[in-house]
Amino acid sequence: MSAEFLQLSLVPLLVGMLACIACALPGNFLVLRRQSLIGDAVSHVVLPGIVAAFLVTGTVAATAMLVGAAAAAVVAVVLIEFVRRVGRIEPGAAMGVIFTTMFAAGVLMIEQSDTSGVHLDVEHALYGNLESLVWFAAEDWGSLTDPVALADLPPQLARLAVVTVAMVAFTIVAWKELVLSTFDAGFAESVGARPTLIGFLLVVAVAVAAVAAFDAVGSIIVIAMFICPPAAARLMTDRLLPQIAWSIGFAALSGIAGYVLAGYGPLWLGFDASVSAAGMIATVSGLLLAVACLVGPHRRGSGRSGATV
Amino acid sequence: MHPAELVAIDGRTLKRGDAGSPLSITGLTVTYSGKPVVFSVDVTVPAGSMMAIVGPNGAGKSTLIRAALGIVPRLSGDVTAFGEPVGKVRDRIAYVPQRASVDWDFPATVLDVVVMGLYRRIGLLRFAGRRHRATAMACLERVGMAGFAGRQIGQLSGGQQQRVFLARALAQDAQLYVMDEPFAGVDAATERAIIEVLRTLQAEGKTIVAVHHDLATVPVYFDHVLLMNVRAVADGPVATTFTPEHLQATYGGRLAPAQLDDIAAALAGRRTAAAS
Repeated sequence: MSAEFLQLSLVPLLVGMLACIACALPGNFLVLRRQSLIGDAVSHVVLPGIVAAFLVTGTVAATAMLVGAAAAAVVAVVLIEFVRRVGRIEPGAAMGVIFTTMFAAGVLMIEQSDTSGVHLDVEHALYGNLESLVWFAAEDWGSLTDPVALADLPPQLARLAVVTVAMVAFTIVAWKELVLSTFDAGFAESVGARPTLIGFLLVVAVAVAAVAAFDAVGSIIVIAMFICPPAAARLMTDRLLPQIAWSIGFAALSGIAGYVLAGYGPLWLGFDASVSAAGMIATVSGLLLAVACLVGPHRRGSGRSGATV
Repeated sequence: MHPAELVAIDGRTLKRGDAGSPLSITGLTVTYSGKPVVFSVDVTVPAGSMMAIVGPNGAGKSTLIRAALGIVPRLSGDVTAFGEPVGKVRDRIAYVPQRASVDWDFPATVLDVVVMGLYRRIGLLRFAGRRHRATAMACLERVGMAGFAGRQIGQLSGGQQQRVFLARALAQDAQLYVMDEPFAGVDAATERAIIEVLRTLQAEGKTIVAVHHDLATVPVYFDHVLLMNVRAVADGPVATTFTPEHLQATYGGRLAPAQLDDIAAALAGRRTAAAS
């Protein structure tokens, strides 16, 4: 039992949890900026970025994928701004145009290039492949301290750990600037807090988190991780730091509960197959948001109650 | 090429604005999608003055101050504050945006917002400490909001929110206060509290520039005025500048005669007060 758990479940559990946390952290600021759609846009444009990186480098090395996806996110942000200014349309429409176009281009690139031989199929890109993260070298709990066995851990785990640490570091290092530019961009500019630069860095952070989570939960479901835990957390508190703490808790809970329910839930109900872990993680995060909407102590704040005299 | 010097046809060197002025704007033009919203505005704010920026809706008043402070890009024009580019003297300028320009549902307390005014003093990579919170509390005290420090900002009335913004500006401990409609939508008590604080600041030698909507109170609250409608119509001391002729030119003849009578009466009241 313990060997089976270590081999089959431990890594997907940790990866799912870290993916959720890495996305939820920058997601807090996206939700507060009413830019949740940016998470959607970025998680879509990750696909052409990754395919382009593969076509250029010929490998599926993590570094190349990360760079490609981050570059695609930057290109998307620049294009969105360009379309918004030149086309004089609202940001939501500009985002919709750019991210669907780039995503479609990614799908075409996958089909036209001979990438079917490597593990880069559309289904994987959309839904992720959490269940495939098997730790073959694990034999018992002692493997957790065995360097040989640890070296065999799926690389996604270390990658997500690094990215999660990077998200924590970004949030801490840029804390004052993030808060200031999110709450009052004009004031932030007037005191030299560089809100434009911070907004740009936030999008890059979102892109990096999206790429790292991409492997685990796929590009479509990543969006739930950016929005659901922070949105649910906002309903639990009226202060930013506790909100971020709640969002991390909700994210971790979604990751763990989603994986466990996907693997064992159907068995408990008498079905003989498990369901997609990524799908279940997103479902759980959505359910948490629904519960927070119903019983969260600070759900009144959704209207602009303070704006009236 | 030194942009600070212009030579006129008769050979004089034209100084751009007044070198020592807290805020000197020369030829400022801002366009939104090709249309000028502020066109070639020149204004020099005298040190220690309290200047109202007055004009109809869409006259570019907010845009003028936002462009002057580098918050929105300008097409052309020179702006200096205390004789330096604005970017070099940010420590000496406090900007108070329109209350409606921010999302008051933001998860922050009143104290959190006032501490934002200490951004430059806290410094990069550092967090607000007890000392900063004490400074912020003292500023809340000055606007009569100390009892609300722990409140979420969305729970405040419009007037209270405006006072919180003023407290944040006080925390900046600036020499020049640039305010966008500080009296918009506030209750009478808040209006009195704000004007009292502003007068104290002026008595301390600080300079105040405010976009202002209520024509009747311009002569009561301010000593200088800039009348503008995309272009500057007139600027100078209220007593000589805030005239019915200039107002009609600013508002394109859309002011009712009764309004002008009120203003004339207020101006007369001001002159009598000054004479006595």
